[in-house]
Amino acid sequence: MDSVKDNPILKREIIMDHYQNPRNYNLVDDNNYRQIHMYLDSCFDDIYLQVLINHDIIEDVRFDGVACAIATASTSIMTEIVKGCSIRQADKIIQNYFDMLNQKDYDEKLLKEAIVFDTLGRQANRIKCATIGWKGLKKLIDKNKNDKE
Amino acid sequence: MFDVNKIRQDFWMLQGKTNEGKPLIYLDNGATTLKPNCVIEMINDYYKKFTSNIQRSDYQLAYQVDEAYQKAREVVADFINCQSREVVFTYGATHGLNQVAYGYGLKNLSKNDEILITVAEHASNTLPWYRLAQITGAKVKFIPLDDKGRLTLENVKKMLNEKVKIVSIAHVTNVLGYCSDIKEISKAVHEVGGILVVDGAQSVPHIKTDVKDLDCDFLVFSGHKMCGPTAIGVMYGKYHLLEKMEPLMLGGGMNSRFDASFNVLLKEAPHKFEAGTPNIEAVLGLKAAIQYLQAIGMDNITRYEVQLRKYAISEMKKLDNVIIYNSDADVGIISFNIIDKDKILFGHDVSTYLSKHGLCLRSGNHCAKNLWQHLGTDSTVRCALYFYNTKQEIDKLIEVLKTTTLENCIDAVI
Ligand SMILES: Cc1ncc(COP(=O)(O)O)c(C=O)c1O
Repeated sequence: MDSVKDNPILKREIIMDHYQNPRNYNLVDDNNYRQIHMYLDSCFDDIYLQVLINHDIIEDVRFDGVACAIATASTSIMTEIVKGCSIRQADKIIQNYFDMLNQKDYDEKLLKEAIVFDTLGRQANRIKCATIGWKGLKKLIDKNKNDKE
Repeated sequence: MFDVNKIRQDFWMLQGKTNEGKPLIYLDNGATTLKPNCVIEMINDYYKKFTSNIQRSDYQLAYQVDEAYQKAREVVADFINCQSREVVFTYGATHGLNQVAYGYGLKNLSKNDEILITVAEHASNTLPWYRLAQITGAKVKFIPLDDKGRLTLENVKKMLNEKVKIVSIAHVTNVLGYCSDIKEISKAVHEVGGILVVDGAQSVPHIKTDVKDLDCDFLVFSGHKMCGPTAIGVMYGKYHLLEKMEPLMLGGGMNSRFDASFNVLLKEAPHKFEAGTPNIEAVLGLKAAIQYLQAIGMDNITRYEVQLRKYAISEMKKLDNVIIYNSDADVGIISFNIIDKDKILFGHDVSTYLSKHGLCLRSGNHCAKNLWQHLGTDSTVRCALYFYNTKQEIDKLIEVLKTTTLENCIDAVI
């Protein structure tokens, strides 16, 4: 993914593509999914996130809502990355994503296309947008763990 | 003579300050305004030269501060044409509206009474009424706006009846900048026996306000939107209403006597509303701000802003990627969105891009969450002008709006 990291045009294209054609978009009407409503008071991002977890595997993640380009694209990218992962893997990916935005050390390989946001942490006022979907997933995973214990 | 270049010299923030490395162009004056040096110096002086509390006359210094504090009340009274005893210092428009809602409303409203507001009101002129209705069993009703989002006298009249006890509306709304005909509305409200509360947060800074002429019962506004400090505001009330009204907060400075048998004697208005040590620096700063605005002249300020807005609108209309939601509004607020590839760009993406060019504009719903269905969009970008903005700044805005595309908005964050 080094080529993406050093290629601003490619980064922008990936973000635009996910914004204009978000993946795993639209919610399903199925009680087996856990759902969370995430919203930012400061800028009107407002999304719903759904996850289907079976035997500790994330079988499906979906989202819907009104959000800026950064929030939409970052959530769309996340859904693609974590689909099919175990909960432990997903936790690790989420932690690495947050580390990247907080300008700490992180494992690039885990983040796949999410690497397009590698420099977004410098724009502190937009970190909230880039993490809204990711924080939602983290909450859903944690809730799943708690319910099982 | 109104000379904007000379005026700009009065603001430290306009002396070479930058935003993201570009010359600062501050167009978020609906949120708060820049402060002239005289206001900042006044605040400094209070701490450097005459710190002490008010309402004491034990020693000369305290007496001086108390005099200055009371003098500020007179300056406000002169500014809005009322008596100084009708001026209550608050923490801002929000505090004033809450004070009216609970201080007046709780005492005077009961089940099935009606409170009228509009969907264009700010949260602080909406939520206190919701709660008041919940407590008293009164109903909040919305006066319909016309298709442009304007409040008309005709629509006010349609909603009025003898159950209406309170009508609370903005003189100028904060998203659309329309100015309501308060004078005529107050006549109509009084005819059914109601009172009119005016939210002047976006009007008092921009147009000459005369409460006698408007004949409103209450007027609230905030100092920080008119060159003054934050956390200071004014609640004007007709004195006979203030006399009947309960204070929101109790404590020192607002009571005359109390004893252990629970007898409490409050001071007279306005003092009974100012419990605790007030924001003294800000009261003095507000006084300096008002005197500064008066020296320029409120009429000159309005005239200049209207002209500048006209210029901005005519330039924005030349761009085919801009939708303006309030072309014909009365004061310096312009609410707009940018279209790219047939889609409205999300406001926050746009404002981040504008910020890269030094431009400070706010995007979002601007605390008027009830309005959006009316406009058919979720949010807007808001350009809010003040008298220190210039044509050159508008030109820069236009130049940057021309290049506002989804690509550029994304590049601004990565
Ligand atoms: C119309 C209107 N009313 C009330 C307020 C609240 O003012 P403050 O936050 O200073 O109390 C605002 C501030 O944005 C406003 O625009």
